[in-house]
Amino acid sequence: MENRITIRKWFWVWSFEKEEDWLNEMAMNGWVLDSVSYCTYHFVRCEPGEYSVRLEMHPYDEAYLSFMRETGAEYVGRMMMWIYFRKKTADGPFDLFSDIDSRIRHLEKIGRVLAGIGGANLAIGMANTFSPARLGWINLLAATLLMYALGRIHGKKEALEKERALHE
Amino acid sequence: MAESFALTEATYYILLSLVSPRHGYGIMQLTEELSGGRVHLAAGTLYGALNALSAKGWIIQLPAEDDSRRKEYRLTEKGLQALKSEVARLRELADNGDRILLEE
Repeated sequence: MENRITIRKWFWVWSFEKEEDWLNEMAMNGWVLDSVSYCTYHFVRCEPGEYSVRLEMHPYDEAYLSFMRETGAEYVGRMMMWIYFRKKTADGPFDLFSDIDSRIRHLEKIGRVLAGIGGANLAIGMANTFSPARLGWINLLAATLLMYALGRIHGKKEALEKERALHE
Repeated sequence: MAESFALTEATYYILLSLVSPRHGYGIMQLTEELSGGRVHLAAGTLYGALNALSAKGWIIQLPAEDDSRRKEYRLTEKGLQALKSEVARLRELADNGDRILLEE
């Protein structure tokens, strides 16, 4: 019986919750995330439901990783700006965010990254539109997509802010 | 106190936990214990709050005795004042609630 599988899969940035749900479904089916690389997920066998998996946009930060380890979470790996953790379900519930404020701050962090990359693509695209190579449209297309992603993330943030108006 | 706005439950329990020095996991455990399991602090939320409270000068990180030790935090005088004024504010809320509901 195979003990490792690799799955290539693409998730849009605004579907990070779906990505997390999928990783937890895999764990429920006896495959826990073991490492990640660009759009590629490596799984190893586990007892069904043995692990919870969480992901978060966070710059690489050794202090944060050791803090997470203290709480019983295991660092699985990172892909671009995203870091992946897993924790044995027997060691208690595993969430990264337990209040609306920190969920909003997480979405703001994603928004800043998207705005930064989107802005850079817009600038490069505009500059290249007038260059002989005429490849500026690639950056302009990327910028458009990133701005759309920013809008989706912003929508999620606004929904949480409405909720926060009534309670924490 | 200049700052009269409400603390979040997470912030409140973090400050309360740090009246004596504690590391991150200790804060999570004490918060669950004090609230009878009602308030759960997730690690990412706690980490963000600890950084924000340190930046505000309400808590400090204690120097580690050796490299392997987990980082401990403790309330500062400023943090203690903020906590005390929050307790007074919560008491006012609860007292008013009791008074008006008991009149019914």
